[in-house]
Amino acid sequence: MGYGKERKQIKGGRGIGKTVLTGKHFWYGNIAIAEAAIAAGCRFFAGYPITPASEIAEHISERFPEIGGIFVQFEDELASMAAILGASWAGAKSMTATSGPGFSLMMENLGLGVMMEVPTVVVNIQRGGPSTGLPTLTAQGDVMQAKWGSHGPNEIIALAPGSPQEAFDLTIRCFNLAEKYRVPTILLASETVGHSAGKVVVPPEDEIELIDRKKPTVPPEEYLPYMPDEDLIPPMAHAGEGYAVCTTGLTHDEKGYPDTTAETQERLIRRLNDKIRKHIEDIVNVEEENMEDAEIAVVSYGQVSRPAKRAVRMAREEGIKAGSIKLITIWPFAEYFIRKWAKQVNVFLVPELNYGQIYLEVKREAAGDAETVLVPRMGGRLITPQEIYLEIKKVSEK
Amino acid sequence: MSQKMTRVEEPQELHPMDCWLRSERMPHMWCAGCGIGPTLYAWARALDRVGIDKKKVVYVSGIGCCGRGSGYLDVDGFHTTHGRAIPFAIGIKLVKPDLCVNVISGDGDLFSIGGNHFIHAARRNVDLLVICTNNFIYGMTGGQLAATTLLGDYSTTTPYGNVEPPFNTPHLADASGAVYVARWTSVHVRQLENSIVEALRMKGFRYIEVLSPCPVNYGRRNRLREVDDIAKWFWQSSVIKNGAGTSEVQIEKGKPLVLGNFVKREGKLSYYEELKKLEERVRKAAEAKE
Repeated sequence: MGYGKERKQIKGGRGIGKTVLTGKHFWYGNIAIAEAAIAAGCRFFAGYPITPASEIAEHISERFPEIGGIFVQFEDELASMAAILGASWAGAKSMTATSGPGFSLMMENLGLGVMMEVPTVVVNIQRGGPSTGLPTLTAQGDVMQAKWGSHGPNEIIALAPGSPQEAFDLTIRCFNLAEKYRVPTILLASETVGHSAGKVVVPPEDEIELIDRKKPTVPPEEYLPYMPDEDLIPPMAHAGEGYAVCTTGLTHDEKGYPDTTAETQERLIRRLNDKIRKHIEDIVNVEEENMEDAEIAVVSYGQVSRPAKRAVRMAREEGIKAGSIKLITIWPFAEYFIRKWAKQVNVFLVPELNYGQIYLEVKREAAGDAETVLVPRMGGRLITPQEIYLEIKKVSEK
Repeated sequence: MSQKMTRVEEPQELHPMDCWLRSERMPHMWCAGCGIGPTLYAWARALDRVGIDKKKVVYVSGIGCCGRGSGYLDVDGFHTTHGRAIPFAIGIKLVKPDLCVNVISGDGDLFSIGGNHFIHAARRNVDLLVICTNNFIYGMTGGQLAATTLLGDYSTTTPYGNVEPPFNTPHLADASGAVYVARWTSVHVRQLENSIVEALRMKGFRYIEVLSPCPVNYGRRNRLREVDDIAKWFWQSSVIKNGAGTSEVQIEKGKPLVLGNFVKREGKLSYYEELKKLEERVRKAAEAKE
């Protein structure tokens, strides 16, 4: 990758040993993600090479020895995902980065992470699928997989950046949400985010707000690893701290002991869902633009939001009352915002680089109040502002 | 898997090894005649003898009968997904290198679904003690073919006899670079304990195979029906050959079972030590540039 000059600057002394590279940079999204992870305190990275995410591992493999982080290139994504869970249990903030085919393999231990309540971050730089698909080209086909790909009825947290700056900011937010809610979080980017370069402003270290997991406040003999506080999140003891932590992927009780009964399953799975659902206001972010009097709302996420916003402005110039809702949090879904705007707008227009995934969620929430129209592209290239503008125009003439 | 039993009467005094157990979880789920119990007993005694602080002991397991062990021992216990105990354990060990990290799991977990992780961890020489209770079968799921099932054996998925040759797991570990390789059986408890002590005192990737009876799901279908038939087979047909070449220790029906401490490689840096050496080199080069 052509980040030579920036690399030299880091190598040439300015960044050696530094964990937060405060200042203005011209970075690829993938580099921004790697640097954000370092700034967020990530010191364990496990991964397996895959286009278009490899630059994250490459960059971290160069940076970690300078700052005392552990980088391991594993034999596959199954091992990578398992290792970041283990590392988190030992007390490190950990991360992996992959793309579609690797993301599929990670589903196994993503589920374990949910069940064991392990804070960690999984980056998916989406490419065209299914299967090997379009290794070097963009897509947004893994939205439903991020939520439902691992078996089981659980909530997950996923954020979608649309630019290198957002990739930086949301990677840090992914770490904070993972730590706060004791859950693996997913940064759902795409090839055109990972591989586009742009200005990234890294704030001073003391201006980056970081959250760390709750630790037990009781002595080991009173500690129950899965006894939640009022916020439904249990404090986390690490391996080697004398708490004799017992944890399993099986349905378990508050002690962490396997208890495969319907009653325990009911209690556990409700809590795993509710600890996220009850904090939806804290987790879900959207960006609204020109919505005050909008009759047509373009709902988009990730890099599609950039042409979408442009298209809305083009429509406004033509006197069409269009607005933009950009989903920053993909999961849990921004139900409240869609329901709210459904009462005002006539149509939700959903451009996305798949054959209708977030569209289904929007449609579900808008049902009865507003019409939902899908603008699908299968990936391979971004959708242009002009294409979205024409769709806005079409529905405005109906 | 045995059905849940209730304890008839409370024991009058504690067993010396009870301090390693989560006694409230007893009775355990393993069947009569199973070799997992004696293996864990030997392991706990070895930890005692070496004098490792219980708070520093981590037990990572995968899925299967043996996978349940991590929930019975009173140490940090991680019952992970099928086959992934080793990479999970690597994550713990590299972040907290002062911990004594042990992977104790079954043959299906370590050599079928987890085979790739085993050879790569050995190749990297990650500082782990891996103990495999090899019972030649998938016990928990009801006696299906394993990558260690002997030729001709019957299982619920080889009703006409197995035609696949089994792995010679000490040879696999040796060829992948393990610094310590041994094989014992769960009836050779003292030798096994000594072997674990020796392994616990070393650094790097250490592997011990423990042949372990499964009367219920292996013996029953292979003319070893009685609860102690397999134990008798282990005892009667085993020969101890410390230092034997691992290519010579393939298990075959009707031939002696070769047991012993086969491989001991000294002086090899562990993966963590290599990483720290690299870190030092990078830092020095950076400082020189500054």
